[in-house]
Formats: sequence, structure tokens, C-alpha cells
Amino acid sequence: MSATPGPAAGTPQVPDTPPAREIAVVAFAQSDHTRDSAEVSEAELLLPVLQDVLGQAGLRAGEIDFTCSGSSDYLAGRAFSFTMALDSVGAWPPIAESHVETDGAWALYEAWVKLLTGDAETALVYAYGKSSSGEVRDVLTRQLDPYYVAPLWPDSVALAALQAQALIDAGATDEAALAGVAARSRADAAANPHAQLTGPVPHGPYAVRPLHTGDCPPVTDGAAAVVLAAGDTARRLCDRPAWIRGMDHRTEAHGLGVRDLTDSPSARLAAERAGACERPVDTAELHAPFSSQEVILRRALRLDDAVRINPSGGALAANPMMATGLIRIGEAAQRIGRGDSRRALAHATSGPCLQQNLVAVLEGEPR
Amino acid sequence: MSSAAGTTKEPVAIVGIGQTRHVAARRDVSIAGLVREAAQRALQDAELTWQDIDAVVIGKAPDFFEGVMMPELYLADALGAVGKPLLRVHTAGSVGGSTALVAADLVAARVHRTVLTLAFEKQSESNAMWGLSLPVPFQQPLLAGAGGFFAPHVRAYMRRTGAPATVGSLVAYKDRRNALKNPYAHLHEHDLTLEKVQASPMLWDPVRYSETCPSSDGACAMVLTDRAGARRAPRPAAWVHGGAMRSEPTLFAGKDFVSPQAGKDCAAAVYRQAGITDPRREIDAVEMYVPFSWYEPMWLENLGFAAPGEGWKLTESGVTELDGDLPVNPSGGVLSANPIGASGMIRFAEAALQVRGQAGEHQVPGARRALGHAYGGGSQFFSMWVVGADAPGA
Amino acid sequence: MTPTSGTPEALSAPLVVEFPFTRSLGPVQSAFLTGLRERTVLGVRTADGRVLVPPVEYDPVTAEEIRDLAEVGTTGTVTTWAWNPAPRRDQPLDTPFAWVLVRLDGADTALLHVLDAAGPDAVRAGMRVRVRWARERTGAITDIACFEPYEGGEASEPVPHTGEFADPVTGITTPARLDYTYAPGRAQSRYLAALAERRTVGERCPSCRKVYVPPRGACPTCGVATRDQVEVGPDGTVTTFCIVNIKAKNLDIEVPYVYAHIALDGADLALHARIGGIPYDQVRMGLRVRPVWRDGSRFPDHYRPTGEPDADYDSYKGLV
Repeated sequence: MSATPGPAAGTPQVPDTPPAREIAVVAFAQSDHTRDSAEVSEAELLLPVLQDVLGQAGLRAGEIDFTCSGSSDYLAGRAFSFTMALDSVGAWPPIAESHVETDGAWALYEAWVKLLTGDAETALVYAYGKSSSGEVRDVLTRQLDPYYVAPLWPDSVALAALQAQALIDAGATDEAALAGVAARSRADAAANPHAQLTGPVPHGPYAVRPLHTGDCPPVTDGAAAVVLAAGDTARRLCDRPAWIRGMDHRTEAHGLGVRDLTDSPSARLAAERAGACERPVDTAELHAPFSSQEVILRRALRLDDAVRINPSGGALAANPMMATGLIRIGEAAQRIGRGDSRRALAHATSGPCLQQNLVAVLEGEPR
Repeated sequence: MSSAAGTTKEPVAIVGIGQTRHVAARRDVSIAGLVREAAQRALQDAELTWQDIDAVVIGKAPDFFEGVMMPELYLADALGAVGKPLLRVHTAGSVGGSTALVAADLVAARVHRTVLTLAFEKQSESNAMWGLSLPVPFQQPLLAGAGGFFAPHVRAYMRRTGAPATVGSLVAYKDRRNALKNPYAHLHEHDLTLEKVQASPMLWDPVRYSETCPSSDGACAMVLTDRAGARRAPRPAAWVHGGAMRSEPTLFAGKDFVSPQAGKDCAAAVYRQAGITDPRREIDAVEMYVPFSWYEPMWLENLGFAAPGEGWKLTESGVTELDGDLPVNPSGGVLSANPIGASGMIRFAEAALQVRGQAGEHQVPGARRALGHAYGGGSQFFSMWVVGADAPGA
Repeated sequence: MTPTSGTPEALSAPLVVEFPFTRSLGPVQSAFLTGLRERTVLGVRTADGRVLVPPVEYDPVTAEEIRDLAEVGTTGTVTTWAWNPAPRRDQPLDTPFAWVLVRLDGADTALLHVLDAAGPDAVRAGMRVRVRWARERTGAITDIACFEPYEGGEASEPVPHTGEFADPVTGITTPARLDYTYAPGRAQSRYLAALAERRTVGERCPSCRKVYVPPRGACPTCGVATRDQVEVGPDGTVTTFCIVNIKAKNLDIEVPYVYAHIALDGADLALHARIGGIPYDQVRMGLRVRPVWRDGSRFPDHYRPTGEPDADYDSYKGLV
């Protein structure tokens, strides 16, 4: 991976003493993702997932030092929606707790920082999204520049399609290759009991050309949770912790017209900062809701054919908004835990056309 | 390494503070322009440029308040965040405080050296009551408006403590007079008298109009940095001596709305970190989140400044006045400016201004340690920090 | 206590979230949108000489504030596109169209808008397009109705512009409607089904044994599912209250009225309701009340006094 700096990459200073504390994913749980979970509230959706993840770690809620969650009011259609989800946590006696209004991968980042400070030994991270509540394509238009862009209601598929066409025009892919990405993802998802789409899905008609319906993620309701722990606590709680060797996230300009949509310099920069380039990874879980975005991320991150991409099926097989990125970290950790990977890259994204990107590098114990 | 022993935290310094002049409606700026104004002032205070900032942490209350989902995405350019980490926090009304604490952790963990943190609300883009009372099916409509949520708890406090009915008006009068000394405060009611407060309409009995907070557009920003950054700072730094967040469920059997356990625990945690055993004597100024005047005596008890049932006596005896021995909300507080998402950060920033000696006309003379306090949701989310004029351990 | 029997069907209903947001623009955005009203497209020049269209207030690369406006062409070149076969509500055209990023002549960056074209085969990157102005223009991005194909070369160089117009647009109203389906979940559905029979049914936590009304599916202190249903009330005790003297916009209730927290007998926390059937200034903590139903209403209309002696403060102070 070459060091192509982002626009402002030269300026941030690396501290004298880099983060030194060992922190690992010690448990991961997710719901069985579905198109519509109308029968359950968000708290009811989350409850079994939290019980599962705490059970894996052998911890009770009260034994967790820090809790952080990710969700979106706009997805839920209600202000302060996360306050009711807290019901499923059992926050009594009171807990040290925070919330990010974005994908749970950033909640995990906040929890990782908390553990790095030494103020916590364990952290619970969770995220959930009932994408079925609203029309996701329309809801996501509210993320866009409220003066010049949001009034045109360009939906999320349309924006991804603009990006995909730019990629095709650049000679980086074609519709058949994109169909291949989609097919591989759903085929891999057949081995993922939590995935929503498993096995062949028709490439289908154009959703917004050049993207076919098969290039787009399903609309998914679901939740996920991770337990993090530091050092010997992690070793005590888990036979094979997935150690977070580095984690970073970066942002790009908001305007699509000022960005090179065929590239993801912020993902590349985050990967460099997370130490992904020091040694090759064998696995990458990429948060690429659209097939074309997987192509962009592979190019930006210089992931060659030796790297196993999205063995879980990725976001094309289940896309519970606000949890999808956290699930990438969980899936990568689980492969390390099973011994299927020695060093994995997990990626999460937020915003239109991959505006924000987070990269974590995970490894098993050296053997 | 398995314990915190090898990871002594980096001390965190506040070297830049900026806020907007809070008003009902800032019709001259965009959302970006509003946030940017506070950020620019914080950078100027620290004599730093956008290039000196390693990461940005931003907070605000619900996205529905401005009708922009995850507005940090649109704000990335205005916040100089292109190519940098940009993290959005949302913990209801406590968010301004929580956001600052997340930013402080980035420095404390040595992930970054210099972090810009901001919080804002541009309430004039919509209507907070609309955002809070979306017509959710199957639910009883909110029967009482914003104050109706708080007023019954005030009555419960009065019943529990026997506080005289005038205490709330004393707080409102004090805070509005303090606001006259704060150029950034929204309300500058030069002609206000205690009699006028006490004669103002009873909105949600026992809460009067003059005892409620305004609705404001505003933003607040701070530059946090490490020891090296503090050494280079042109003006005195404030140092974080303790910071904590605590949450409890929204509604539950046994919840004490008058003095929530999460608030007590949060205060205990920050005092422990700061080595404070007697907050009443060891803290020189308090900026607490008082959206309705009666919350001052309630929080005085919750935060350990007074024994249960005694908080109102501190207020009544003038202890919390600007020239009292425990000044509370020298800035005028939330009662004088309430850009919701920013209000918590303003408390944190005003506490820091006090120990930096930079609070201007509302400076508490000789303030060495101050508490910043924020809370939100159903009195369930708390975030606090204790800041000092000296580096921790110095 | 009854175990959870025949769970009723989980409820769901539409939830429309709609508001006309009022947005103030600031100087650069004001100039751009006012310019559109006057059929003029403005960009903004960065310190290194690039012209950004649409003009933003802060340089995406350097973060510097930028204010130097320049007029660019109303013709331009498509940099990328996507064909939308099925326009969605609120999108600019209601027949199939292309989403396009257009670099206007004289600009260095591209503007997102739509292109009215015969079909996908008529669109390609590099094609020339021009602005089709809306007939009625108010100072909004939709003053550009769309772009349309245009046969002509690239001409204009950006020309410095003061950004000053008569009667500038300083704010816009951006109505936004989103349609959701709200599903309150299993526990609330059970609660609502019982309410339809004018019974109030809470749920008991298997761990702490507290009874939650309304039940929310999980015991918030224990983090476990509540299962056993417990009928509570109908009578209860006012634990605390306030007197509402200002009329809420969305409610048809005459002020003043009393908004109270009521602990129903057998419940371990209070719910909120209006008190009626007694002068507002005679309501007190400890008042014993019972629900009054009105036909067609999902919830009790209000609670009225039972006539019993007031409850002793010590009997309910743990619920305040």
C-alpha cells in the first residue's frame, strides 16, 4: 500500500507515545437479520443480542466498565430513540455510558479509546437499526447538504449509481464484474446463519443504472453487540481474543462534486494510520453496501486476490443500518477466534458515497 | 500489560474556548456558519490554525431539531475535518458535556495531541417541541409541554424538603443578573427585578415563566491538548482533573427523579478522580445545567454540595450568588441561554474559563477549581468534569 | 397474575414526520441562490484559484473561509451520471431522468442535479448540457428545473461577481416529509390490546419482581424480558403533578388543567395522565383517582377522584 496522503494528511501529529494498551474483541453477537422486525420494538430486538454477547464473555451487565452504542433517530423516525433502547441493557445501578449518532463501529472506536485511557478494563458496544421503519432511500437524503442537495431528494441508490458509473467510465469495473461481487457475497452468506440474503439473488433490473437491484443491499432490521476487554482480562474472558492492533477513521469532503468518487483516500489513510499496511492481511470485512463500493475499497486499500473479502457475505447479504459496520468488526474478530484468520482488516463507512471510513486491524495471538 | 499501571493518562488541557453570542435566531448564518464561528474563536483563543487540529469531536441533540440527519457529514468541510477523524456524539441533553469528555479521552489516551470539540443547536431551523412530540402512534400525546415534564418533579422536591415557594425565583433572578455580565448570554434583561420574576405567569405550576430557559441558536467549541500543547499555549490552560458520564434508564421502578442516582454516582466519580473529598469547600465555582430554576437546589443536593433537603438553604442564603462562597452559574446558566445541544458544553467551557481567569465580568475571583455539569433525557444521562488552574498532580 | 396468554398481533401504524424547516443561508449561499433566481450561476474562488460550483462557505481542502464569488456559465459537461427509471416523490422530475454531476463552464467542481434526456442511451460522461430554468424562481436549488442536452462548445471563463442582488434571498424553507411505519413491539401491543378492553395490564420482571406499566418488553434495571402479565389499577394515587396554564398547540384541552403522575394500585412506577372531575386547585399529592373512559379513545380520557381518603405520603413516596 503506498502512502498517498489525503488532502490534510500531512498535518496531524502522531503523539510521542502511541497507544500501547492491548485491547481485544472478546465476544460478538448479532440478531438473525430480517427484512422487517415489525413485531418487536428496538429494545426487544436488542435484548437477546445483549444477553448472547454477555453470555459469551461470561459477564453480567453490571460488570462492564463502559458501554457505548450507535443508532440513528432519523432511521427510527423518533427523537431520542436510543434512550428507550437503553432499557435492554439493565443500566442499574447506573453505568458509564455514551452514544454516537452513527454506525456502531464508531461506538466501538469510542469504547476502544476509553479502554486505552486505562479507565476501563471491559466495554460493551452495541448498535441496532430497524431500516424497515422508513423508506431508507428517502431517509438518507436528509444526510445531504441541506441547502443545495437535500431539496432534490437524491436517494442513496442514485448516489451510489453516480459513483458506480464513474468507476465504470474509469475502466475499473463493469456491470458483469459488479454482478460477480454481488453473487459471491450472497453465496458466501449461505454459510452465515445470521444473514438475510443467502444464496443466489437475481442481478435483476436496473435500480438506478448502472446499478441493478442485485448490486444493492437489502433493507434490513437487526442488531449487533461486541464486548471489548484489555490485556489479561481479555485473555481470561476469551480463549482466542481478536486483538485490535490499530484503529483509525477519516473523513472526506461532503460535496460529491469535489471528490474523486472512484477512490477512497479517507479509507486508505485510516488503514495506514491503523497499521494495516505494515503486514498483509488475509481477510477483509468491508462495509460496502453496494457492489461497486467493494471495488472502490479494494482498490483504495490495495487488497489483492489473496485477501478473502467479506466471507460473511457483507452488507450485500444483510444491512441493518447503524449496525452493519460494527458487524464487520465482529465478523472479522470471529474468524480470528475460529482460527480462520490470523490478521484481518475490518472496515466501516458512513455518509454518502463512502464519505467517512473507519479501519480496524485485528490479529490472533501469535502461535 | 494488563492494568492501567503502564498507561498513565496524558493530562488534558483546555487551551481554547469559543462560543457564539446566543440568540433566539441567528438568521445571518448557515448552520455551518454558526458552528464555525465558535470554532474559529476557540482556535483564536489558542492561537492555533485548522492545520494544528488532529481530530474533531462534535455533539448536538436530536437531528430532528435541524432536520439534518448526521449533520457532521455536511459540516465536515466547515470543521476542517477533511482528512481527519470526525466523531459525532449524541447523549440527549448531556451531549455537550459528553462530547467534551470523548474529546478529552482522545488526548488522555494519547491517540491525538490536539482535538477540537464543538456542540451546537440552531433551534430556529425548526421547533424543538415539534421534534420532541412527533405524532408517534399508540402513544398518548405529550399532555403538558416541555415544562410539564419537569414541574411535577419540582413539586416533589418541594414536598420532600419543605422548601419555600420563593426559592425558584431567587435562582432565576440571580442567573439573569449574572447573564448581564456575560456578553454571550441570550437573555440580557436589564430591567428584571425579583418582583417581576415572582409576578411572571405561572406556566406549569409550580414553575413560572421567568423560571424557564429560553430557546436559543448557539454553538460552543474548545481546543483540548496535551502537556506539550499546553506549554505552547499563549494563555493559561485549564486542566481536566476528573471527568465522568453516568446513565440510568429513562423510567424505572424506584427511580428518584428529584435526585437521580446516576447524578450522585457521576459526581462521586469526578470528585474521586480529582481528589476532592469536600466539594462544598474545595470547588470554587459551579456551572450546572439548570433549565428550570428549581433544579439549582435539586442539583446542589445531588452533587453533594448540600445534604439532602438542604440545597434550597444554600440558594436562599446567597451562597450561590456570584459573590457567595459557592457561585453557581456565574455565566447566567441555561436559564439565560439554551442552545440545547451546546448547553452542556457551555457549562464545561464556562467552568474552564473560570479557572483560567478568563471569564471577564463574571469571573469568580481566584477560582482554582470548578465543576461543569450537564444532564439530559429523563434526568438519566449525566456528564461532568472538574477543571483546575494547576496541572493534575502539580 | 396471568401468564402471557395468546399474544395479540403486534401493532403497527403509519407515522408521518413532516416539517417545513426554515434555513438561514449566510452570505455565500444567499448569493448563489439569489443568483439562480436571476438566472445567474455563481461559484466561489479558493485561495489557490479553483472555482467551486456550487459555492461552499469553506474550502474543503484548506478549511479556509472563502468569499470571492465569480459568475460561471450556464452550460457545462457531465462528469458522471446515473439513469433513474423510477422517479421518487419530491425528486425534480416525474418522468425517468438522469442524475448528473455537471461541471459548469468555468468551474472546477461539479454540481449535482438532474438531466432531462430521452433515455439512458442519450447520456454519457462528457456530454454537453445546459441549465433549463424553472418558470417560477424563488431562490432555491430547484430554480434550476433540470439540465438538458446542449450542442455547443465550452466557452466562458469565470467572471468576478459581487454577489449583490436586489432583494436578496437570505433564507429558504425546506419542507421535508418522511413516511415511517411505527411498530411499538410485543409488550406494548399486549398492553394496548388490554387497554382496548379498558384494562390496564403491566408486566412483572422475573428478576426484581417489579411491575412495569406500560410494559416496554425489558425490565430496564435488570435487562431481562418481562413476561408475566399483571392487571393493575384501575384506581391509583396521584404521586405528584403540575397545573398546566398554557395551551398546547396540538391539544384540545381547556387550561388550566392538572397533569399528574399516577401510581396505579399494583404498579411499581407512575404513569402520566390528566386529572378531571375536581377543581384544578384542589388536586393534591396522595389524591386517590380512577380512570374515566370516553368512547373511541385508546387511553383513559382522564382520571377523577374516587372519593376515598388521600393516601398517606409514606405509602407512595418511593414512587414519586
